[in-house]
Order: sequence, then structure tokens, then C-alpha cells
Amino acid sequence: MDAQQTIRLPGSGIAPTDESTPTGRAGDLTPSMITADQWSDETLAAAGIPVIDTSIVSVGGGMGSFVFVDHLRIAGVPATAIKVLGVNDHPWDTYEYLTKNSQIPRKERLRSDSASTPDNIWGFPSYAMREAWHAKGIIKKLDPIWNVLSEPILTDYFTPRAGQVFSAIEREAERISYFDCTVKGLVRMTRKRIGGGYFTILTPPTGTTATKRVAYRSRFVHAAVGYPGLRFLPDLQEYRSKYDSTRVVNAYEPHEHVYEEINRHGGTVIVRGGGIVASRILQRLIDDRDATSNNVAIVHLFRTYITGSHGPGIRWRRPGANGWAYQGFNWPKAAWGGQLRVQLEKATDEERKALFDVMGGTTTPHRKLWLRQLARGRREGWYRTRIGEVEQVFSRGGAVITRIKTDGEIVELPASFIIDATGLEADISEHRYLRDLLEHSGAGRNSKNRLDVDAGFELRNTNSGNGRIYAVGSPTLGGYYAGVDSFLGLQYAALRIVDQLAAQGFCKRIGPIRSISQWVAWRRGKKI
Amino acid sequence: MTPGLLGRIETRWFLLAVVGSAVTVALVPFLSGGTVGERYRATFMVLLIVAVVGVAWELIYHGIQQFRWEKDWPTGFGLLVGVPEGIVAWFIASNAGLPGTAGIGLSTFIVHFSLVWVAVWLVASGPMRLASVHWRYDGGRLL
Repeated sequence: MDAQQTIRLPGSGIAPTDESTPTGRAGDLTPSMITADQWSDETLAAAGIPVIDTSIVSVGGGMGSFVFVDHLRIAGVPATAIKVLGVNDHPWDTYEYLTKNSQIPRKERLRSDSASTPDNIWGFPSYAMREAWHAKGIIKKLDPIWNVLSEPILTDYFTPRAGQVFSAIEREAERISYFDCTVKGLVRMTRKRIGGGYFTILTPPTGTTATKRVAYRSRFVHAAVGYPGLRFLPDLQEYRSKYDSTRVVNAYEPHEHVYEEINRHGGTVIVRGGGIVASRILQRLIDDRDATSNNVAIVHLFRTYITGSHGPGIRWRRPGANGWAYQGFNWPKAAWGGQLRVQLEKATDEERKALFDVMGGTTTPHRKLWLRQLARGRREGWYRTRIGEVEQVFSRGGAVITRIKTDGEIVELPASFIIDATGLEADISEHRYLRDLLEHSGAGRNSKNRLDVDAGFELRNTNSGNGRIYAVGSPTLGGYYAGVDSFLGLQYAALRIVDQLAAQGFCKRIGPIRSISQWVAWRRGKKI
Repeated sequence: MTPGLLGRIETRWFLLAVVGSAVTVALVPFLSGGTVGERYRATFMVLLIVAVVGVAWELIYHGIQQFRWEKDWPTGFGLLVGVPEGIVAWFIASNAGLPGTAGIGLSTFIVHFSLVWVAVWLVASGPMRLASVHWRYDGGRLL
């Protein structure tokens, strides 16, 4: 894997290859361990790798791990039975890295429903209610309430500020003793254990342990590693390897220098993509334009240009205009918990694929601020849209030239910078941990080439005795549930897994009595 | 909210039985018209009308929902549909010759129906999720 092709995320498993090469010293993986699908207790002992026993290991340490541990703790699993392995200090670190770079700092709003509350398994009270509660003055208090009452007909969907979500998670993490479960390090692999369960190999930070590797022996493994990586579009990648990487940037990598340069000297910026990230980047460019009078010109390049409402039938019309497809969240709302969720779960593989095709596509939320800003830009001539297939991106006379084919014609678009907001995800095999699962655990791929999980998020064909591997988040897209890459989707997955663990006698089912009593504990901030 | 058809009906019945009954029990002594016993008979009959006729309403709502891209039912809709439902329920209560409802006054009906409706809607919009963490993922199903 060429590091230039993929944006390295904090916490991602994409690491230099030499890190995984066995050193031959005691406490490290041996060549025979690397090739074997199953290990025995003796294998580990012979290699001198210390083994730590625990019941359940969550690999990742991000939002997926946190939401899962929250459900486990509420289902009565003690913190001592859980180990969360990952490089993050806090569960929101990777998420905040991505939102911050894509221009959603803490004070700005996410694209997430009011009742999708990763710090609270019930979604009650919702973020809108909490915002109202803490707001000063009657108008500010009524505003979020009116919003959820009238959305999405009279107002746009209420969405919480990033900062509100992170602070709430921080409180909940303390309450459920989440940080007692976390162990820092890079997770190298999970392999089946002869006799049942799994070994998960952690490479702790250098110098913190006596051996290079530490093994966690557990009955259950929860894989919540997040995005395998984010890729550049091939033409942009070519430009970066040929010329430089300061003028062509991805929205998800740090790129403040673009705004600084534009604010100082003006210039033209090409934004590529038609999703929420493109919307946010445009807002930042326009906010800066208004604040600094920088005279920026924006060219917005669409590959697919939506002119109006679109869809396969009268019951399936998605609104759209001016290039964009509008949708509140990244799937139609009922995909999380309504008729579309049920339909997707019950569908045959073919039907599921067709349903994904209908519901899918790049979309952005309908927000009045954005509509107004872009309308002004169109009117005043500093925001223009272009539609076309990119042929090549190259450098000429200090400018970045994008050559596009549009209506059979070749057009060249010069710019000072290109911001790629297409959000292309890397293949799951580019994540070292996932690749190892695919090669050694029996895990396979679904129709969208991601991890093949069943409706309860169990990773198919990977059971080991009474042990099970569950996988959640973006690497599982294409299965029985659409909203895997969202707060509520992570909560849904966590509940499904906890239900199965309860059926296996590992924890308590979250029934009405437990639910209500645990909510009261949450409300009071009672530590569990 | 993102209810399915069965979830709509199950939730309606559950909330009318629990929240609707609780509101009715607490409210009736403060209403006017007839004896307390007569008022209880009349108001519980109204709950029954809302529960039974509600099945037809839910079919209509579910049909409308099919034309929404999101296949959802906005929170505000849940409150607003109380108006047509209330009008139909009043018409049935005052004209259908059902036992106990003949003498119910319009003001009594309006106070009772509105409070029940708002209470059920409020509980469905949040606290219901405490009673069942699975409810919101199952399109409102309880069984």
C-alpha cells in the first residue's frame, strides 16, 4: 500500500509494513504464527508472548467500541470483562479528526438526527431537548423544540453541534468506566484459538511493555475499526505524485493552508463532489469570502448533476436541485428503524442489492443557509458549477488545470487549488486488521465487497468453539442494515449484538425494567 | 418517527391502553356532565373508538407514508392528525348510538380527547423508548 494513495487516519490500521515483520526476538510473532489460521495456548507460550484473559475484546477504540461498551455496561457486563484495544485516547478522536478537517468544528452541526445520541442508548432526551434545556432565553429555548416539531416540512432537520455530542460522550464514558477498559496500542490481528475463542494481538507503544506483542485471549471479539482508509480520486492521485500535494487536497486531510492562501491572495478553488462534505467546504469558502472579502472564485465540479426530484417511481422520489440530491441523513430515515430496515433485512440478496441502489447515491442535507449562500454566489458570479468527466489534472504556469469532457467537448479549468470532497473509501483489505481477518479467520465479503456479517452483525464463518466475532461500522456496509456508518446504526448494531450475547447467557437482556432503571441511573449521572 | 404498519397499530393500542387510560382515570372526576360513572363509561368508549377506528386511520397514514422518500412520519404529523381523528371520533361518539356516549358533551369530549392525544403523542415522541429499547428500531412494534 502506497501511503500517498490513502489518507492515514488516527487509529487506522494502515501501518508501515516493517512494523509487522517478526523480529525473531522473544515476545514477538513467529513466521509460523503469521501463516497459521489457528493458534494454541502453547503457540503463544513458545513465542514468549504474554497472554491476558478477558471475556470480550473490542478492536478499534473509536465510536463503535464506545457505543458497544455502553450497551454492554448497561446490560450488566462488568468493566473488568471488557478490553478495548486501539490507539485513540478518546473514542471521538478519529471522528473529530475527520469532522474538523471536513469543516465541522465543535460549534458547527453534524448530519445526525436529534435522537441519535451515542451517549444515551435510548435517544431520550434527544439533543434538541437538551439544547433547549441549556439555552438561555425563551426564544433560544423554543427554537430547537419548534425545529423538531416542524421538521422536515417547515424547517430543516435539527442536527446537534459536534461539541455537544463529544462532551456528552465524555460524560458517559466516565460514568460507565469506559477508560478502565481501554488499552493503548495497534491491533495487529485476531486469530482463532484451538479449543475455542480467539487471540487478539496488540502491539503496545514502544517501551511500555516488556515484549513487543501482548495477546488478549477472549471468547468474543468485536471488530469496530472504522474506515479502512480514505482514497484520492485516481486523477488527483496522479497529480500529487507528479507535482505536489499542497494544491490538490482531500477534504478529510488537514488543509487549512488552502483557506489561508486564498484569504491572502484570492484565487480559484475547484470543489469536487456532491455530498455533505462538499457542502461544508463550500460554506467555509463562502464564510471566509464574506469575512475577508478575499475575492475567491469557486468552481464546483459535479460528475452527476441532479436537476430536480428523481427516483424510480412515484413512491420513490428524492428531492434535488442545482446539482444536488437532498436527503436529511445518509439514507432515507426509515432505513434505521422503520419499514426500510425491515424490508432490507427480509430481502433476498438480489432484492437487497436493488434496494441499496434505489436508496443510495451521494446526497446532502437541505439547509437554508447553504441554499442562500450558493444562490448569492450564482447571482454574483463567483460560484459556478460544471458537469463533466475529468480527463486529466496537471500543472501549467503555476496553476492546477483540470481537463474535463463535457457534452463531448474538452474544457480546461484552471485553479489555484482543488479540494476533493468525494469521500472515496479504500477497500477493506487495505486495513491490516481486516485483511488478516479475510485471510485467516474465514470471513468473507458481501455484495458490496465489504465484510459479510449476518443480520445480527456476527461475522459469518468465523466462530471458534463457543466464541464469536462481531463486526460493525463502515466495513460492513452492504449487508442487512444500511445505516452502519452512523451513530444510530452503531447503537442498533450494539443492541443486536448484546441481545445475542444475552441469549448465550453472557449478559442480561435490556428488557423494560433494566431499561428504565438504567435510564434513571443515566439521568442521575450514577457511575456504573 | 419511522413506524411500520403493524408498529403503528400496536403502539396506538398500547399507548391508548396505558397512557390514555391513565389520563382518563385522572381527568374524569374534573369533567362535567352526568355522574362520574357515566362520564367514565363515555370517555372509555371514546378511547375504544379511537383504538378501533384508528386501525383505518393507520392504514391511511401508512399509505401516505409510502409517497414520502424518507418513509418516515414526522413528529409534527403525529400531533396534527389528532384534529381529523378527533372530528371523526366525535361524530361516531355522538351519532353511532354506542352505549354510554350519547350524553357526552362537546366540551367534555374536546378536553378529554385533546389531553389524551397530546399525552399519547408526547410519550410516543420520547419516553416510550425507555419502556423498550427495541421499539424505535422495530418500527414501533411491541409484540
